Amino acid sequence: MALGGGYFKTSHEADLAVVDTRLRRTALAVLVLALLVLPRVASSFVLDLASQAALAAIGALALNVLTGLAGQISLGHAGFLAAGAFTTAALVERGLASPLLTLPATALVGALLGLIVGIPSLRLKGLYLALGTLAMHHVVLYVAGEMQARAGGNTGFTIPPPALGSLVLRGTVGWYYALVLAAALVLVLVVNLQRSRAGRAWMAIRDRDVAAASVGIHVARYKLSAFVWSSVVTALAGTLFAYQRGFVSVEAFGFFLAIEYIAMIIIGGLGSALGAVLGAGLVTLLPYAIDAVVAALSPGAADYYIFPAKFGAFGLLMALFLVFEPLGLVGIWRRVRNWFLLWPFRHRPLRAS
Amino acid sequence: MLQALATTLVVASLYALLGAGYVLVYRSSRVLNLAQGDLLTLGGYFLFALAAAFPGAPAVSLPLAALASALTGVVVYLVLMRPMAGHPVFAAVLVTVTLGILLRAGIVFVFTDRTRHPLQNLGLTNPPRALPGGAVVSTFDLVMILTAATLFAGLFLFLRLSPLGIQMRAAGEHALLASQRGINFHGVFALSWALAAFAGGLAGMIYSSNVRLEPSLDVLGLRAFAVALVGGLDSLAGVLPAAVIVAAVEVLSIRYGNPLLSDVSPFLCLLVMLLIRPWGLFGTREELERV
Repeated sequence: MALGGGYFKTSHEADLAVVDTRLRRTALAVLVLALLVLPRVASSFVLDLASQAALAAIGALALNVLTGLAGQISLGHAGFLAAGAFTTAALVERGLASPLLTLPATALVGALLGLIVGIPSLRLKGLYLALGTLAMHHVVLYVAGEMQARAGGNTGFTIPPPALGSLVLRGTVGWYYALVLAAALVLVLVVNLQRSRAGRAWMAIRDRDVAAASVGIHVARYKLSAFVWSSVVTALAGTLFAYQRGFVSVEAFGFFLAIEYIAMIIIGGLGSALGAVLGAGLVTLLPYAIDAVVAALSPGAADYYIFPAKFGAFGLLMALFLVFEPLGLVGIWRRVRNWFLLWPFRHRPLRAS
Repeated sequence: MLQALATTLVVASLYALLGAGYVLVYRSSRVLNLAQGDLLTLGGYFLFALAAAFPGAPAVSLPLAALASALTGVVVYLVLMRPMAGHPVFAAVLVTVTLGILLRAGIVFVFTDRTRHPLQNLGLTNPPRALPGGAVVSTFDLVMILTAATLFAGLFLFLRLSPLGIQMRAAGEHALLASQRGINFHGVFALSWALAAFAGGLAGMIYSSNVRLEPSLDVLGLRAFAVALVGGLDSLAGVLPAAVIVAAVEVLSIRYGNPLLSDVSPFLCLLVMLLIRPWGLFGTREELERV
């Protein structure tokens, strides 16, 4: 990482380390500690928010690999989530509710779906690919809707909490730990993918597929692997969503959800794992923050004013980031950090690199 | 059977109006306007508001609502789309998504999300009409078909013959070259947004008079863009056959399938088209490389 200060890596091990300086190690330790003790101090509402943000972070990290790293635009992210949730629901309907069964099955469905959506990407680029994923989203929702209609009741499926033997995952605190752990696992995986062969191949394809092919990257294979990887993780997130909510219904997976996920990675900063997590947190918390602000400003505000306020604030935030800060929150963070690192100078020293 | 044909034509006219909006904007700036559905809703609400302001005077409120829709297109281009010049196309597409979100939020804020019927204040009625052959359609269904036909005829003449239309085609083909020949391409792009919003607004005004008006009508826009892609994103002429095909598939899937299937049928058409001929029925093949 090219910082302004005089920090040099002198060994192969130092170059490989994910967390490289003492400050970062300390910061990470503090963060882990804070996440561990949060349930002791925070209310269950705050814990639930944190769980939601963690779940959103998993989906955002997966989308970020596909769109931010591999450069394949997907408007069908909600469809992948729905596929995961409804695979779980279908298995639960047939009495196979064990997570040992639903998780691998969901991963398999996700992989298949990713492969199917990925194949057109070998031929289509940019907008056309985005349209294909959008169509796929609607097809997945149609299948899910048919399933829901067939099962009767027409409102959705109830999912029992996941149980391994006598161990049952339930309650706010339990889910908080489970989801934060899952998000941390995905984060570590993504950070490592980013600097591995696959991650670098994806970035090369994103920047110019012809150039990537000319340096020996198997473009088709890596495009498909990005789709499969992303949709497997997203489908698993869908399963977690189903288990945590305890209820699955088509209405939860509309086109707006896909837009929300795209907003997360745009607001966070495309191509950055940290950005995906930050964006997921911001987009998840935004409606609650607006609730709080509205409640503080005018306690008697009618419900139908709060909905457009939330909706509009979300749209405005996304538009502002798109127009003024395409690098997202991570871009802001890097600028602030560099300002402090370089002070009293304004620019990084020029180096022959 | 004739009834199915008539219904297909009505649905196709609605899709053709919306599809024309997609194609006009796409041809000028290579941006897919995902807010087209919300421009439709907005047209409907303009009519609703103006009909409430001038009750019983459709000769005032109808043209004013259409004008307001067109002006919205110009404002959208100047405020949101012009700053996106030079940004990646996908960022511009996402800006249109946020435009849709903002429009919808604004509509719910002003009009709430209750279902409305602009026809009540407009002072017009919507009696069913029997067509020769036994099919029955409502009056506004006929208006929809006539409007679509008139708009397309007008657009073709405008783009073929008028100097401004030729400038528009030139700017769509190569904005830089066109601007070097003295064409004010910002003006031309603003005009194409105005036309797109006008077409969408007309569709919204007629649809909301005919059926109902609520903010969730914007799904019509998403479905109509299957039409734009099937016809070819850069081909205005392709919109007409594509609209008929997509509408026919939709009507048939209601008859022989179920409503859920008909909801998804435009997207199935889109997928099939993407797999066999991604540039659409009448689009140009080079278009695939341009985005």
